[in-house]
Amino acid sequence: MKWAIEIEDLTVAYQQQPVLWDVDAAIPTGQMTAIVGPNGAGKSTLLKAVLGIVRPAAGRIRVRGRPFRARERLVAYVPQRAELDWDFPATVFDVALMGTYGRVGWLRRPGMAERARARAALERVGMAELSDRPIGQLSGGQQQRVLLARALAQEAEIYLLDEPFQGVDAPTEATLLDVLRWLKQQGKTIVVVHHDLSTVAEYFDWVVLLNVQCIACGPVAEAFTPENLRRTYGGRMVVPAPTVNPA
Amino acid sequence: MSPALEILLVAMLTAAACALPGAFLVLRRLSLVSDAISHAVLPGIVLGFFLTENLQHPLLLVMAGASGLLTVYLIELLEKTGRLREDTAIGLVFPALFSVGVLLIARFAGQVHLDTDAVLLGELAFVPFDRLTWRGIDLGPRALWTMAGLLLINALLIRLLYKELVLATFDAATAAVLGFRPVLLHYLLMGVVAVTVVAAFHAVGAILVIALMIGPPAATLLLARRMPTYLAGSLLFGVLSAVPGYGIARLLDVSIAGSMATMVGTLFCLVWLLAPETGLLARWRRHRRQQRDFALDLLLLHLLHHEHRPEATAERHRATLPLHLNWTDEKFARILEEGQRRGWLRLEGRVVHLTEAGRRHAQKRMETLTPAQYPA
Amino acid sequence: MDFTLRIVMTGAALLGLISGALGTLAVLRRQGLIGDAVAHAALPGIVLAFLLSGSKAPVVLQLGAAVSGTLALLWVQAILRTTRIRFDAALGMALAVFFGLGVVLLSAAQHMAGAAQAGLDRFLFGQAATLLREDLLVMAAAGLLAFVLVLAFWKEIQLVLFDEAYAATLGLPVRRLQTLLIVLLVMAIVIGLQTVGVVLMSAVIVAPAAAARQWSSRYGRVLLLAGLFGLLSGALGAWISSLAPRLPTGPLIVLLLTALALLSVLVAPARGLLWQYIRRRRARETARQALMAVLQELARHHPDAEHPHPTATIQAALGTDVPVEAILRDLERRGQVRYMPDQGWQLTERPPHTP
Repeated sequence: MKWAIEIEDLTVAYQQQPVLWDVDAAIPTGQMTAIVGPNGAGKSTLLKAVLGIVRPAAGRIRVRGRPFRARERLVAYVPQRAELDWDFPATVFDVALMGTYGRVGWLRRPGMAERARARAALERVGMAELSDRPIGQLSGGQQQRVLLARALAQEAEIYLLDEPFQGVDAPTEATLLDVLRWLKQQGKTIVVVHHDLSTVAEYFDWVVLLNVQCIACGPVAEAFTPENLRRTYGGRMVVPAPTVNPA
Repeated sequence: MSPALEILLVAMLTAAACALPGAFLVLRRLSLVSDAISHAVLPGIVLGFFLTENLQHPLLLVMAGASGLLTVYLIELLEKTGRLREDTAIGLVFPALFSVGVLLIARFAGQVHLDTDAVLLGELAFVPFDRLTWRGIDLGPRALWTMAGLLLINALLIRLLYKELVLATFDAATAAVLGFRPVLLHYLLMGVVAVTVVAAFHAVGAILVIALMIGPPAATLLLARRMPTYLAGSLLFGVLSAVPGYGIARLLDVSIAGSMATMVGTLFCLVWLLAPETGLLARWRRHRRQQRDFALDLLLLHLLHHEHRPEATAERHRATLPLHLNWTDEKFARILEEGQRRGWLRLEGRVVHLTEAGRRHAQKRMETLTPAQYPA
Repeated sequence: MDFTLRIVMTGAALLGLISGALGTLAVLRRQGLIGDAVAHAALPGIVLAFLLSGSKAPVVLQLGAAVSGTLALLWVQAILRTTRIRFDAALGMALAVFFGLGVVLLSAAQHMAGAAQAGLDRFLFGQAATLLREDLLVMAAAGLLAFVLVLAFWKEIQLVLFDEAYAATLGLPVRRLQTLLIVLLVMAIVIGLQTVGVVLMSAVIVAPAAAARQWSSRYGRVLLLAGLFGLLSGALGAWISSLAPRLPTGPLIVLLLTALALLSVLVAPARGLLWQYIRRRRARETARQALMAVLQELARHHPDAEHPHPTATIQAALGTDVPVEAILRDLERRGQVRYMPDQGWQLTERPPHTP
């Protein structure tokens, strides 16, 4: 198997308090991977470590076989909606265009090609008609679509999404899923921090079960077992048996 | 009483009177409201002065208190429109009110003695010249009585409403459910702040009031763990900064209020640097120790983790371990040595082994990690 | 128009333009009040620069102001990083302590330099009338530099303001861009001190941005509008101040800016509170009409036209997301419906065309 991301012995600590501890995990190229675990398990931190936003205390992360460098812009990041200031003066199109900023380079403005890419990305997530709408007037689902469009406009190889399905309406969830599957068809790698255990088996190929340590990592059929879930969630929670949806 | 002692007493009383409401402002994240109020009382003072032509008239207190409350109300009103954020609302309201005050003074009070410098900076040195007399008997400086009265009122109010204030500060929702009316308490506190600012401005000026309200509680916050200690510490720090502040001002013949504000900052810096647990020095020492302990634990757990796996030998080799952990060889050598010294690690040839004690320690450390520490 | 007035108006307009546009960068990061702290904290730097150099040249004093303003900000950041003291307390204390130090130095300067220090205290409230041609050149040069910097790093600044974490994943040097933002803010403040003074400076930073944000939801336009609003208020304030004696320029500019900001909050298209109020009234009117139509329809189809209908029936006809209860109370106040206890709602007038 070809690995998009390899994580070895990764430890991340905030003020000597470990958030991730000795995590080994690998994420396969061209597949959809879910990162699953309870609150405070370090799921978002794992994404941020891969992106180089937080510095590990120990361990190594390789992206496509090499240490990650942001300048290569191989990895597109979709943060949690709540982390952003939606009163910022920008339109839907402005945000999508931000995805191209990394390629444009210093002192240059995005040109025709970049604008076309941003428009195509908005088209893909079904937000083309709302291009000129201020982001302050969007619903939660629309906000999430715009953030995904920004990542699409970046034309990366690997997409890291932090809780994209959190609090969005059903049509948005379907659209997001469609776009992610389309990306997968293009051979891209998708990693999603996910909280809805009932859809893991339906949506994803690969799963990483995380609770400070990596409890299990592998194909959904092998790793997403009731036993592993109990270990992840500490046996305090009644874990629903994973159901594989025939659809 | 000598004039110097009178000035010092007034300074100490003012510091104490400011520290009490200030302590709650700092906890409620409203410190900048004291900044806003202390500027915005100006138009109230000016209007009161026009009406009474007397800077000592009680009406001034009322007018200034009212303009202080108006400030708080306007800030909240603007914020509630949803069009402006809190910082923007504060930044709009108080300069506007202050501007009104400055314009009023410039237009209509050109000849009389009321200038904006005095409001902003105060002049403690003039305290002994303005005396209170009763039937020809000298009762001491007027400011002494004002500040003593203010301290008494503030102390009484906080004593009476202590548990309501504490509860509303930490959990407004619960306070509301219990019938404590947090909004009323909020405006009461703001009223106390406004009156304190006004009573103190003539002696020490608006800016020193901010320093005395925020500085001592901020310094105490680094030391105190409980509410009564916090309040007492704030009082103590406020009063303490008055003494050297005044001393230095006398020695160098500079502004007393400015010198006290500087002393508040100095005192804060001292606590910040030297506080036994939270101070910069203590933090720095602890940080170094913890980093080493943490790295050692990390190494032990890593070894434990890979003990019974096929890749065990490779993962535990002296040459590969630093690479895997992404540590420099120097750091690894230091941690390994510490582990051997504590009897947790053993080097057999080039392979690192856990000793029995090391394994026990690692297992115990592991239990503190998951999942009990992070319940679902 | 006489020469002095032209100079003063140009100076005030330049200050408004630069501080308004650059202030927007701080306001968009929710850090409008940092301007207040930097302005107050500039005082010791101004006095110290004078004491050390013996010069009252604006450039020297502005340099001192920039240094001590920046030092205060660094102090605030260090406190935030190493203690559990919150932003508001750290900022307020830094502001007051630095200002206090400035007052100490000011009173020391009065002894040491005697009459030579006269005029330093104009930085407290500003004195536009003292602006000279050379001051304008300094302001224009600084403004031009800021303008070039903002244009050169246009998209990078925009990205860091909106989403720092994402900016980092694109490989942008976020730390350095944040430093650039601080430098620009300090420049904006230092330029304005001579005209509006340390106490009122924060309004010149905050108000233009607050006003401009109401008129547009595009980053570039907000920046441009804020600059424009600042420019207009500056020039206008200086002009009004020249009309009568004892009308200080700084407070006038601040009041004009505040009025502009409040007016914008009220009447700006789309975001204006006035339009929102009218829209809500219209929406309520439409809702009332729809509900009346339902009741009339029910009355027409019921054998007894006076028959009251329960809330649930009306709710079912209008859909679950309509606040039927509130609209009914509204209609009741207007005397169009009445409530029959335990039965429901009834029209007060018989609808037309009922049997």
